[in-house]
Amino acid sequence: MDSRNFLYMFYGFAVAWVAVIIYVVTLVARERKLRDEMRRLRQMIETGERA
Amino acid sequence: MYALAAIAGVLLVRNLYETFLSLPDEALQGAIYRIIFFHVPAAWTFMLGALVAMVASVIVLIRKSFAADALAASVTEIALVFGAVNLATGMVWARIIWGIWWAWDARLTSMLISWLMYGGYLMLRQAIDEPTQRARMSAVLSILTFPGVMITWKAIEWWRTQHPGPVLSIRGANDKMDPAMQSVLYWNFLAVLLFAVVLTLIRMRQEETRRELDGLRREAHAI
Repeated sequence: MDSRNFLYMFYGFAVAWVAVIIYVVTLVARERKLRDEMRRLRQMIETGERA
Repeated sequence: MYALAAIAGVLLVRNLYETFLSLPDEALQGAIYRIIFFHVPAAWTFMLGALVAMVASVIVLIRKSFAADALAASVTEIALVFGAVNLATGMVWARIIWGIWWAWDARLTSMLISWLMYGGYLMLRQAIDEPTQRARMSAVLSILTFPGVMITWKAIEWWRTQHPGPVLSIRGANDKMDPAMQSVLYWNFLAVLLFAVVLTLIRMRQEETRRELDGLRREAHAI
């Protein structure tokens, strides 16, 4: 491969992948937060009904 | 969904191999030209996402459908990510080829404005608590923002821009780009698009869970 501007090509690809990876990580974190919230609310409703 | 993710993954690996190891060098630009194989598919994914969001938003206004609202919100968020990838890779390429990071020409400016407007769309959704009002207001904003994306698409034909003009055969530019390079570009668009579809499906499921949570919250308050 032609080595001219290789470093900037690397920066370009790195920026693209880092942006996508950061988004995927936030998506996974959001999923976990929603599941925790769902579990907490279901528990609250269950114990409330029992009382 | 897992099958789609697997196909997207395999295609991405194949395309990375083609991009870095199989394709010939470009005579004038050196290695940096290879950025186009992600820059352009990211732009197309952004634009297609915007189109889907606009259609879903029209359905929201006509049928008051929360499913269409979830699709519009999800696809806009994913489109915004690929729009960011497009802008960032374009700036890195411009730094080498033009000697500047940014030019306020019609193509770049309309793309940036569209991107910011879709960012505003997501902020608007955060600001409105009432689901019906949120769906209606954000649908209107999405529909009003879409013409900006069409202007971005056509800008390189309508005006003389710093951004290069059309180079692909499907846009009427003959012999400006090697067919082998165009082929990798289309394959990479397919891979990026499939990946975006997987992310959209995950994001839609989250919207559904969020609606379910709203119902549970109301139930919990009633106890």
